[in-house]
Amino acid sequence: MAEVDTPALSSPQLDSPVKRVEQLDRVVIRFAGDSGDGMQLTGDRFTSETAQLGNDISTLPNFPAEIRAPAGTLPGVSSFQVHFADYDILTPGDQPNVLVAMNPAALKANVPDLPTGADIIVNTDEFTKRNLAKVGYAVSPLEDGSLSEYSVHPVALTSMTVGALADSGLSKKDAERSKNMFALGLLSWMYSRPHESTMRFLERKFAKRPELVAANKAAFQAGWNFGETTESFSVRYEIKPARMRPGTYRNITGNAALALGLVAASVRARLPLFLGAYPITPASDILHELSKHKRFGITTMQAEDEIAAIGAALGASYGGSLGVTTTSGPGVALKGETISLAIALELPLVIVDVQRAGPSTGMPTKTEQADLNMALYGRHGEAPLAVVAPKSPSDCFHAALEAARIALTYRTPVILLSDNYVANGSEPWLLPEVSELPDLSVEFAAEPNGDDGRFLPYLRDPETMARPWAIPGTPGLEHRIGGLEKADKTGDISYDPANHEFMVRTRAARIEHITVPDVEVEDPDENSRVLVLGWGSTYGPIGAACRALRQRGLPIAQAHLRHLAPLPANLGEVLSAYDKVIVPEMNLGQLAHVIRAKYLVDVLPFNQVSGLPFTAATLENMLEDVVKNG
Amino acid sequence: MASPSIPLTPVKLTAKDFKSDQEVRWCPGCGDYAILAAVQGFMPELNIPRENIVFVSGIGCSSRFPYYMNTYGMHSIHGRAPAIATGLSASRPDLSVWVVTGDGDALSIGGNHLIHALRRNVNLKILLFNNRIYGLTKGQYSPTSELGKITKSTPAGSADSPFNPLSLALGAEATFVARTIDSDRKHLQSVLRAAAEHKGSAFVEIYQNCNIFNDGAFELIKDSTTRDDHLIRLEQGQPITFGPDGRYSVVHPEGSFGLKVQEGGPAIVHDAGVDDPAYAFALSRLSGSDLNTTPIGVFRSVERPSYDDLVQKQLEDAKAQATGTPDEMLAGLLNSGDTWTIL
Repeated sequence: MAEVDTPALSSPQLDSPVKRVEQLDRVVIRFAGDSGDGMQLTGDRFTSETAQLGNDISTLPNFPAEIRAPAGTLPGVSSFQVHFADYDILTPGDQPNVLVAMNPAALKANVPDLPTGADIIVNTDEFTKRNLAKVGYAVSPLEDGSLSEYSVHPVALTSMTVGALADSGLSKKDAERSKNMFALGLLSWMYSRPHESTMRFLERKFAKRPELVAANKAAFQAGWNFGETTESFSVRYEIKPARMRPGTYRNITGNAALALGLVAASVRARLPLFLGAYPITPASDILHELSKHKRFGITTMQAEDEIAAIGAALGASYGGSLGVTTTSGPGVALKGETISLAIALELPLVIVDVQRAGPSTGMPTKTEQADLNMALYGRHGEAPLAVVAPKSPSDCFHAALEAARIALTYRTPVILLSDNYVANGSEPWLLPEVSELPDLSVEFAAEPNGDDGRFLPYLRDPETMARPWAIPGTPGLEHRIGGLEKADKTGDISYDPANHEFMVRTRAARIEHITVPDVEVEDPDENSRVLVLGWGSTYGPIGAACRALRQRGLPIAQAHLRHLAPLPANLGEVLSAYDKVIVPEMNLGQLAHVIRAKYLVDVLPFNQVSGLPFTAATLENMLEDVVKNG
Repeated sequence: MASPSIPLTPVKLTAKDFKSDQEVRWCPGCGDYAILAAVQGFMPELNIPRENIVFVSGIGCSSRFPYYMNTYGMHSIHGRAPAIATGLSASRPDLSVWVVTGDGDALSIGGNHLIHALRRNVNLKILLFNNRIYGLTKGQYSPTSELGKITKSTPAGSADSPFNPLSLALGAEATFVARTIDSDRKHLQSVLRAAAEHKGSAFVEIYQNCNIFNDGAFELIKDSTTRDDHLIRLEQGQPITFGPDGRYSVVHPEGSFGLKVQEGGPAIVHDAGVDDPAYAFALSRLSGSDLNTTPIGVFRSVERPSYDDLVQKQLEDAKAQATGTPDEMLAGLLNSGDTWTIL
């Protein structure tokens, strides 16, 4: 097979002599195509190039649950949105400024989201009669004037890719598969992105297929050159690096950050990590990531079902590992009985729930925050545990560490409520110094703790209320534990009414007793009468909406909860300091319900359960109304 | 136990060392007492320190077992003991992990975990006390109760066919499969010995009498007047014969897939080491609900890498490649991929 020669690309930092260069402060691009068109990869590469340039970034993939829905149909459309700017941003952007549509379905599915004047780059080769008919276009929208309010750039993407690879020795079909790289090359030229990381990526990805490395590089080059020469694109854009805190960054998704947080917890606790997991969207990537890091002493077990996954994790935890199970809502439902056992056994366990739209199978690739009630209450008996939630993709790292801290310090199961929005979204992550991460080391019980030389497995630490973690293999501490009610201190089976009452209240007090940081309030104007209270992944859109309001002179305060159980000690005081408290959630008001019940504050719920994250604009409009009209 | 990673004790332990301070609370006359005594009597043979032995159970009468053993123990939840024990065993190769379960616990609510533990060949010794009834919930039929069994929940007789636990285990390609009887202490302990020596999953079905809800279920093969006509004792390397003067033979009829019992004829020679599970499966099919021809002993004992060993090997190989302190490795991991620095 002939090697395709790839000439050096023109430096993206230099202005092209023939094109005008415009400065922008922010851009939102959406790559959309068929599930098989490689749009996630294209978006991912563009993001990586953009990160290298030092822009702040936020991304959001959107794909169907079906692996390959029928080609060219609306259900098969997969998209990836990237928002980048020369200042710090909080969301993947509400409306794309640029849409790359690889076929009529991608165009049709995404045009409604575009603002007037948006650029649309379409792959004209796919606008055949047959493909148009598949999505119900009687006439091509490229010809009937229906796109007149946008700036349409028709590009024969497929045929130009095939043309560029004519000498590659690849079949036409194989050559066509590189069309996403042509699109990436064109967009990289248009936004002056550095291309080196993509070249390195292609070399890694196709290390065993040099002909594909060459072909993809050539397609990228062809797209880049097309931008430079065609008259269809008269302007090239630059977005200056954002002023970000000094340090080393990488772009990271929530699931990857969460996995790394668990690795970090294992290292900082000096305990082996044992992950029991059953594949489930959108949590499986955590299993994939952790399975690569065995050198840290991490065992990953793909169990026969969700119940076995948590069972094995609990068994490992009993043996002295940091036991973890990762899943989504349907999996947590199945794990409920074992979580209750872990509560009775008072052993550390981290349960990660990457929430998706429910109930039942629901919409597995769409986001929701509707598992809060299940996390707080979804078990038989009085079965309290700790609940934490990350607020952004990179924050998943810190949330995982915090979940492990609570589990290990207080010997309790902890549910970590991530969701599809943060799990698959990405943003730049300022890498922490390992030495600054919390020390999570624990001490196993080594000798009997009773007066008479007996070992009392339920004698508590006066400070943490945690019982000793006495692992098998420790001589002299042989003891039996189980799901039956235990006598205080001795852990022997007990049906004594007073003891049960005491133990139930003790288990509740144990969780209430957990020390968590106070919730912080962001209120730069210091005279706000309205507080927005959120939790989990809504931090970005709420924050962006609050900033927009403040810029328009409307004061508003924002508080965001990392800890849902126990709630921060200062929360009641914070709530009482405002005339109005609004709680936006991607559910029907689950946190609002908790706040009302616990603090008797008549909070205003604002709810969206569409499977999509809030847009900043939606929240801005709602909050504006509250701030102005009370 | 046949694992180099489990330590041995220089101290000679006795049965008494394995008795916990808890009062045993099974019904008087329950077969579980005999099994408990046999296990406690056998444990010292292992020379494993008590602290390195763990009993994990599910729910049911038999699952109270761990409370009575002065080792580490967990009385977990219904059916999940094999899953919990898998996590413990895979992460702690220095432990001897025993699962105690019953016919409802292992074959009904926990059926999935049992077959997957067996197919993985986790280094667990699984003791299934089969009394063919639900005792703790007071007398409903179980997945090993005979078809047509009249119980509280089946006044007109049960309509479901029972599992043959050994056939099920062999279908999952368990590497060690045996059957014994609660009241035959010598045989029970010989089977436990073989199970303990086995590397990987050892599945032992113990016929156990529930004298309250299913009394006499196994009387045909226990009563000295009927036993010899129905009980087939499997002995490694010996022809399989039974009955007065070895009158009956287990034979392999030409052109047949299975084995059958006939008077006289060339008895096949028992070999638990036959790799193909079809042989042990054919043996397991000799016994049905009626116990008319019931083999006991070790049906299958073959070598296959255990899940635990494979998992530990992967960990060791990966760790051998690693350099630096854990904190340095973590810093390297966090900083991997495409990074950029802002000054």
